[in-house]
This record gives sequence, C-alpha cells and structure tokens, in this order.
Amino acid sequence: LLPLSSETLALFQVWISVLLCLVMLPAMFGLSLGVTGVYIQILVQILEWATLRIQRGRKEKTSVPIPLPNGIIHRDGGSMAQEMLEVRGSRPGGDFTLGDVFYFYKKGMESLVDDQVTQCFSSEELASWNLLTRTNQNFRYISLRLTVIWGVGVFVRYCLLFPLRLVRELGHILAKHWLSEVAHLMFYRICARGLSATIRYHNKENRPKKGGICVANHTTPIDIIILANDRCYAMVGQVHGGLMGVIQRSMVRSCPHVWFERTEMKDRNTVTNRLREHVTCEDKLPILIFPEGTCINNTSVMMFKKGSFEIGGTIYPVAIKYDPRFGDAFWNSAKYNMVSYLLRTMTSWAIVVNVWYLPPMTRLDQEDASQFAQRVKSAIALKGGLIDMAWDGGLKRARVKDSLKEEQQKMYSSMIVGPDGPKNSRLVYFM
Amino acid sequence: MGSRASTLLREEEIEEIKKETGFSHSQITRLYSRFSSLDKGENGTLSREDFQRIPELAINPLGDRIINAFFPESEDQVNFRGFMRTLAHFRPIEDNEKNKDHTASEPLNSRTNKLLFAFRLYDLDRDDKISRDELLQVLRMMVGVNISDEQLGSIADRTIQEADQNGDSSISFNEFIKVLEKVDVEQKMSIRFLH
Repeated sequence: LLPLSSETLALFQVWISVLLCLVMLPAMFGLSLGVTGVYIQILVQILEWATLRIQRGRKEKTSVPIPLPNGIIHRDGGSMAQEMLEVRGSRPGGDFTLGDVFYFYKKGMESLVDDQVTQCFSSEELASWNLLTRTNQNFRYISLRLTVIWGVGVFVRYCLLFPLRLVRELGHILAKHWLSEVAHLMFYRICARGLSATIRYHNKENRPKKGGICVANHTTPIDIIILANDRCYAMVGQVHGGLMGVIQRSMVRSCPHVWFERTEMKDRNTVTNRLREHVTCEDKLPILIFPEGTCINNTSVMMFKKGSFEIGGTIYPVAIKYDPRFGDAFWNSAKYNMVSYLLRTMTSWAIVVNVWYLPPMTRLDQEDASQFAQRVKSAIALKGGLIDMAWDGGLKRARVKDSLKEEQQKMYSSMIVGPDGPKNSRLVYFM
Repeated sequence: MGSRASTLLREEEIEEIKKETGFSHSQITRLYSRFSSLDKGENGTLSREDFQRIPELAINPLGDRIINAFFPESEDQVNFRGFMRTLAHFRPIEDNEKNKDHTASEPLNSRTNKLLFAFRLYDLDRDDKISRDELLQVLRMMVGVNISDEQLGSIADRTIQEADQNGDSSISFNEFIKVLEKVDVEQKMSIRFLH
C-alpha cells in the first residue's frame, strides 16, 4: 500500500528520534544547545537593519504616518483647582462661572481620544515594525528588500518554526502521561523550549521559597510556564473548561494545586482561609498568584487586589517583562480565544522574557492590606520598567464604580461653596 | 487586526475630512485607529455605550453631555465623519489660521465656534437661550449631592443676573460670549494633538 520503501521509513524514524533526542534530553537536564541563542542574535540583527531601513524610508516618503507609542495627544495635567482659578481670573472669591465647564469638557474629550485604561487591554504599539503582519498598523510599503525579508519571515515562521513547535508540543504532552511526577519541572522546560522561549532570570537568590506567596504581573497564561520553568509552584485559580481545563487537570497530577469552583471564588473568606491553611504548612510549595486578576498588555501594572495580601506570610514579588520585538505575548481574551492565541504565539519570532525576583516583603504594622498591595505593585512596576497604574484591571469587563465620579463632584463642590455657604462676593459685601 | 483600520479609510475620505476639519493626514489615520478600537461592534459607527466604556469619561461629571454632543438630532449612532466633525472643535487654533480672511465658512475650531459648542452643552432644547432650569441641570451634574437645592438655586440666579443684559432672565449666546471675553478659550477648549 505504502509507496515508501522500508529503508526510507527506517531513515525517517531515525531522523525523528535524533531530533527528539536533541530537543528533549537537554531540556530534561536544563541544558541549552545554544541554538536558540544564536537564532535570537541573528533575529536582533535583522530587526535592527529593518528599523533603520524603515526610518530611512519614512524620511523619503513623508506621507507615511509615524506611529506614536506614547499616545495621540499631549495632556496638560493641570489640577482641577488650578484650571478653575485660571478660568475665573478676576473673581478670586471662588464663585461659579459659566466657564467652569471647560475643565470637564476638555478632560472628557482628552479621555475620549486617548485614555490610559482601555489601551492597557490591547496590544502594545511598537515604535518600529518587527516584520510580523499582525503588528503592521501604520507601516506601509517601504522597500523591496524589506518586503522580501518579510516574505522570508512568513515562510520561516509558518513552514519551519510552527510545525516544529507543534510537533514538539504534541510529543511532549503525550510523553508527559508516562513520565513520573519528578518530570513536572521537565514538562515546563520542554514547554518553554516548544515555544522557543528565551528566559533570563535575575536575582535568583530571591527565588520564592516554600510556605510563601509569589505575586507577579500578568500578561498571558504563558507567565505560568515561564515561572514554573525555574521552580515548582502551587497554583490558585478557577476551574476552567476546554483546553485550559485539560492543561489544569494534567498539572494537578504532579503538584498539589489549589483550585476553586467559580462559586467558591465569590466568597472571599473561603478563599482566604483555604490559602491561609496552605501557607501555614512550611513544606508546602509557594502559591503563585496574579493579583491583577486579568491579563494586561505588559506596559503597565494595574491595581493589585488586596485579597492575596490579607493572607499573611511572606510575599515574593516577581516582575515579568516580555520583549515586544519578537512577538506579542499579551493574550487579548476579548479578541482571541486560547487556540488562536497559541497559534499566534507559535508563529511569532520567539518569546524573549526577563524575570526579576525581588527581595521578599511582609506587611508592616502601620499599613493595611491595600497599602501593602500598592507597595508591592510599585516595586514590581519599578523593576520591570512598567507604568504603575491605579486603575482596576476589572474595568476590562465591568463598568467603573460611581464612587469615582462622586469624588470629582465633591472636589468641585468645595470650589464653589465654602463651609459657610455659597462663596458669594455680594453677600460678604453686605455683611 | 491593525492593518484593517487603515485600509478601510479611503484616500478621498481622508482628503475630505482634512478640508472640513483641518486635521492632518496622520492625525486622521490615528484618530481612525482610535475610532475603530472603540467600535466594539465593528459596524463602522459608535453608540453611546461605546463611549461609556471609557472609564475616564464615565467618571467625568459632565460625561453624558459630552457624549451627547456627538449625537445630534437624537440619533443613536455616529460615524467617523461625525466623530471628526465634533472633535474638530477642540483642535487648537494654529497661527496661520488666526488672521486668515475667510470667504468660506468659519473653521470649526474658531473661538466663536468653540464657544458655541460650549453654549450648546448648556442649551439642550436649542432655543438659543440658557434658561434657569438648563443652568441648574448642568450645575447639579457637576456638584452631585453635595450642595442643596436652595444654594444651587441662588448660585444659578446670581449667574443669570450678572450675565443677563436684556432682562429676559436667560443667557443668550451673545451674553455668554460677553461673560467669557477675558477667558483664554483657545487654550481651555483645545486638545494638543501630536503630529
């Protein structure tokens, strides 16, 4: 039936086994053949050349718009009090004037055109094109050579890298079932290799220890693979269905994780108590928690939910920063489901990520849980070169709280009415 | 995907918008990107919900009025042309526009048009007068629950008293301009767009 002779088949089998050995054996023992390193170096050279070429092309063709990674507008940033004073000009009494509305109109229009929050939930815009079609937002045709390189890139990514990564992934998931529990670390190392991930761990002396809680900024489910590549964690999270559920169940077999049903998550006390139980056992694996609660695009760190910081114990903060030149790691769950996200990740150039282990922190006596959360968040943002944002990541799906509007109304009210009634110059005069 | 945004906006459209609003080519494409990212339904128009999804706008006390400014004549959807036309009011006045002799109609971002835009945010029923009620409505939006009705009423009365020149207990557009003649409207009602 088969047109292939038995010799060709044997040769093919040998070739596959050689490939698998070259990949799996080093991965199991945490070694690197150095191939990925060389690949990254070559890639960086090509991307740098491409950047220069694009910049030159822009100078020649002025009609090509320049991308602005820092936003469309420049905000003045004057406070409410300052702006009101300027509008009121010659009326120092603090009265209402018809021009008071200008402040709110301007601020409103500015946020309409460019707001800090919604842009955290979509992919970062690059200053220069990295030769991936998906990031080609404002880049037009610049030169033939560039287009050719892009074309070669497409071929390499889809016909070479992608199938290789796919085969590796499938092979490893199958092998996982027959390997012992010790292979947990190996599994993650292999996964990382399957995604062509170059991970640099900094300050390994601060690596999370048993009985502690590890907190990190969240960009993608791959964060878990990145961190688990270096040591074992116990994971907290909701029970998922679909592909995520399969992955979760396979993880449980090798490590004691703490999974919650969706209904249990609603009761904060249940969650806190269970976690507290886990933490008080000194020989339990450190819990890995992402306090933002959702994936953010890796340019900022959004509000840390204080729940994780009420448990007690030692917090080990970790900052994770992906290099956007090699691919967009952010999982935009509103736009892409898990499968298409994995597809995009497997067809990008590579995943290059820096992981910084920060020194452990504990809650001080004079601060409450949310202040402690803020302190940890600032430390992570500083180390990772991310923007420290006060907004809640939950705004991705939920509406903003009315209390924030009420704060503004209160502030404004104090500007037109003093504690003794309306600031009315005429009244004062008659008194 | 990103590249979709720029391909859906044709060159002729960009030119027309450029003439009408005065924005540059790159500003228009960037604003179209923004428009598309707000357009969750991907049907080429924005609804009020699309605007309210922006947290900073949702917490603005006058947020609803600002959103309304984009939907004239009680329509529910605004397309990109309408979006740009409204935004054009907030374009800064450039030096070369200040002393131009206009034979055509006044540009959308002139001082008078900026003031007219602000006036219309008070004057909901479009009768070209800001009545006591309309003024109270805006005041109430800005102060929330922090000031009593009587206090707010006296503030409104005083404001109308000072502005009203023809004695009709309401503020016309000319009276509005007079009150604000010393205010740097160009700076207060302009957004600094990057080129």
